[in-house]
Amino acid sequence: MATRPDDIRAVPVRHPGRWVAAAALGVLVAMLVHFLVTQHKLRWDVVASNLFAHPVLVGVERTVLLTVGCMAIGVVLGVVLAVLRMSPNPVLKGVSWAYIWFFRGTPVLVQLLFWFFLPSVVASLSVGVPFGPSFLHADSKTVVTQLVSVLLGLGLNEAAYMAEIARAGILSVDAGQSEAAAALGMRRVQTLRRIVLPQAMRVIIPPTGNETISMLKTTSLASTIGYLELLGTAQEIYARNYLIIPLLLCISLWYLALTSVSYVGQYYLERRFGRGAARELPPTPLQRVRVALAGRPGQGLG
Amino acid sequence: MTTAGSGAAPMVRAEGVHKRFGRTEVLRGISLEVAAGEVCCVIGPSGSGKSTFLRCVNHLEKIDAGRLEVDGTLVGYREEGDRIHELREREVAATRRDIGMVFQRFNLFPHMTALGNVMEAPVQVLGTAKRDAETAARALLDRVGLGDRAGAYPAQLSGGQQQRVAIARALAMRPKLMLFDEPTSALDPELVGEVLDVMRGLAADGMTMLVVTHEMGFAREVADQVVFIDEGVVVEAGPPADVITAPREPRTRDFLSKVL
Repeated sequence: MATRPDDIRAVPVRHPGRWVAAAALGVLVAMLVHFLVTQHKLRWDVVASNLFAHPVLVGVERTVLLTVGCMAIGVVLGVVLAVLRMSPNPVLKGVSWAYIWFFRGTPVLVQLLFWFFLPSVVASLSVGVPFGPSFLHADSKTVVTQLVSVLLGLGLNEAAYMAEIARAGILSVDAGQSEAAAALGMRRVQTLRRIVLPQAMRVIIPPTGNETISMLKTTSLASTIGYLELLGTAQEIYARNYLIIPLLLCISLWYLALTSVSYVGQYYLERRFGRGAARELPPTPLQRVRVALAGRPGQGLG
Repeated sequence: MTTAGSGAAPMVRAEGVHKRFGRTEVLRGISLEVAAGEVCCVIGPSGSGKSTFLRCVNHLEKIDAGRLEVDGTLVGYREEGDRIHELREREVAATRRDIGMVFQRFNLFPHMTALGNVMEAPVQVLGTAKRDAETAARALLDRVGLGDRAGAYPAQLSGGQQQRVAIARALAMRPKLMLFDEPTSALDPELVGEVLDVMRGLAADGMTMLVVTHEMGFAREVADQVVFIDEGVVVEAGPPADVITAPREPRTRDFLSKVL
């Protein structure tokens, strides 16, 4: 072999367009920051004093509770609907199809109001034989509280969307997987639980994270029926002091913080269900920090 | 022990098996017998129906006409007097426990390690204690030469290794019959040997095997019986010395001249 030739030292291509675009955006960002800092009517002092005020914290708690509750209803019912939708039984298939058709086809706010006002037409609820005697009676006003109507309104609506997401996930799993499980003597339910769903999760999780973030903000609709979650709480406070914008900023910071937390949750869920999909799992952010600190100091900022 | 399994009755008995997909008749009267402990290789051109027949044997496909028995019992149906009843899902699953199957595309469970794949069915289907299932699974992985890869996920294994795990997974249910659906067709040529070696070992241990294959060398060496299927019927069957080395039928000769 001859000696190794010198490395190529070429003049890099210049990108004047990028510089212009970056400069223009830079100016816009600077204007925004200038506005946020100097506009005294934004009242950052009010934002700060309300951020951890007791009623706001209660609102945060309720928003989280609603998000978790509605998503739980949505995911569980959604998976059931997806499985029904793929059943060979035409009645089950049809019911699932009709459910999805109805709940996706009407506005979620309408559904929420519907559940809230349902007690005005159906005064009592009872459990028993259809068209026959009943064993349990309850006044519907005591059963369908504000909280329950929000959980029903948003949860049942979410189930319709989750059903399609779960169905896509189940369809993404190779048919050979179910065949292999069947050949081993596994039953349909076992196959679904042990083989198909764990693999479908990889496809189901990213859009579900999307839905969770969306739900986090959709829970603000609960304020329309007087349930004091984050937005409702802010509305109640600014109805008294008229500091509307500062309070909206305050709860926006909370929504952003909660959304960011859900990113982390999604990251670890994806990692958990990504096992076996890639040869090596990517390191977690924590592991990356540790490697950067221990292995190669000074890297990254040089 | 059932009397049916020991000796007299064949392990697999097919009589005029028919199978349609829509309007295409894929199997048009397959009849064959595989004795217990025998290795039967099924050969034939692609689209001849040999894989479909194999899938009928463990009821992954439902037959439309004819009779198919494994170890003296009807596959997928139950006879009561002159009436034939379809088996319930639970009953079909129970009959499949005793029949191992190895697929062309391995179909390992990608979210489980090699060990997890082999343990899955004994734990979930037979209710074997995890510790016992693990001991048995490790022994099986050793037997297919992969004892040191127990913790690897399928994506971390070569095709040949994956297929050997798939064989171990099927053996974990202690089947009385093993079905192989072109087990080496998806492998790189240099990986075929390691899978065939495992299958040779199984045959030597007396396992009853029904193998759909394009590996004529393997068929000639290991098979007790070779069955040539074309256009949904058995054209010729017999010992490899007859069917492969000295075929009587022109269709068999024609096929062999293309693959040998």
